[in-house]
Amino acid sequence: MHVSINVNGEEISREIEPRQLLVHFIRDTPGLTGTHWGCDTSNCGACVVLMDGQPVKSCTTLAVMCEGHEIRTVESLEVDGVLDPIQQGFHERHALQCGFCTPGMLMTTRALLDENPDPTDHEIRTAISGGICRCTGYKNIVSAVRWAAEFEAATTSGSSSTTSGSPSKQEV
Amino acid sequence: MQTPASFEYERATSVEGAIASLQKLGSEARIIAGGHSLLPMMKLRLANPEYLIDINDLAELSYIREGGATTSGSPSQIRIGALTRHVDLLKSELLAERFPLFRDAETVIADPVVRNRGTIGGSLCQADAAEDLSAVCSAAQAEVVIRGPDGERVVGMEDFHIGPYMTAVGAGDLLTEIRLPLRPGAGSAHEKVERRAGDWAIAAASAALWIDGGTIADVGIALSAVGLTTIHLSRAEDLLRGQTPSEELFAQAGEIASTDCSPGADGRGPIDYKRHLAGVLTTRALRRAATRALNQEA
Repeated sequence: MHVSINVNGEEISREIEPRQLLVHFIRDTPGLTGTHWGCDTSNCGACVVLMDGQPVKSCTTLAVMCEGHEIRTVESLEVDGVLDPIQQGFHERHALQCGFCTPGMLMTTRALLDENPDPTDHEIRTAISGGICRCTGYKNIVSAVRWAAEFEAATTSGSSSTTSGSPSKQEV
Repeated sequence: MQTPASFEYERATSVEGAIASLQKLGSEARIIAGGHSLLPMMKLRLANPEYLIDINDLAELSYIREGGATTSGSPSQIRIGALTRHVDLLKSELLAERFPLFRDAETVIADPVVRNRGTIGGSLCQADAAEDLSAVCSAAQAEVVIRGPDGERVVGMEDFHIGPYMTAVGAGDLLTEIRLPLRPGAGSAHEKVERRAGDWAIAAASAALWIDGGTIADVGIALSAVGLTTIHLSRAEDLLRGQTPSEELFAQAGEIASTDCSPGADGRGPIDYKRHLAGVLTTRALRRAATRALNQEA
């Protein structure tokens, strides 16, 4: 059947089978392979994308169910060569090793900061409890999210460039 | 790669339309909402519907509000639309205040990302014995509204589960609402032990108490994951009704829970462990429910 799904601001129209999962639609059709296809059973969280701003597991969502909704993938985080603060945080705090869980972790924690700009470590751990990092790098992931939260708070208050040791925007 | 078998898909634009489609398509049609129970089962070929009717656009089925007398005679009730998602049940201050066992359960149902999609109606209709909300609704003495081609009927939780994965919702029916009768002196709690975050329960116990003048006017207790269906502990309820809440009484109810459950041995533990756990969790849930009920009365 014909579907039209907004992925990262672009309307993607294709003929697909109703059984096609969102993760495969994203990876196959626009070729956005940043979203990882992991356990296929909604346990690992590598496939998390945002649907209307909320993190969802794209391996357990039918593509046809997304028509009329806005999907955001990890590719949308970087804009014009500038990394999203959550990406910068993962870089600064070494929050990835093999990188397989990273796109899901980034989208999950991006949504967390959008809803709760100053989360506690416990709130961060709860938010990422639907993701599995098999390198077990959770401590650094939590640290990265704190980094991003503090960076965004500093940027909003306009004091980021004056505080010694504070994060700064990083070009890629 | 796990992919469901082929099916036809349609998106419902009204409750009436969804029911008409169910009628037209027959027993091979299934409703899909969050899909976090149904799609995994379809991937494993444990469910093979030929038609899926997507009700995610039916915003009129997503709400938590207070109002209206119940068929069982309570002056007021909380009404929850079947499409209400776990995340909204978790965040609801109304539920947290009147039936705190919902928040207890929702903090440990799956994980936050799954909770963004899964719905209460889907959880209840899946009727998995290990699922938490079936026990929660049983303990809270909920009623559910089922709409079919001949109109609505209201069914109590004791008549809702008719077997493993089987409910009173027929092939042409749609579960539309969950109703929680509001009565004074209520306290409730849900206790669960799981192997890791987001896993199914090894065992879970839901309890609700209504305390009037220092005695237990009414009580609901149900267990998850320790039998082929959600287990309603009617023997323990009979023991508690009319009694003064006490630690000894709750320990006796726990012993009944250990006896009356029927767990199977699996990767989550052997039978004797699960029986023991069901008893401990029942006692804990009753203790917390009573504390909450008495605080509310004060």
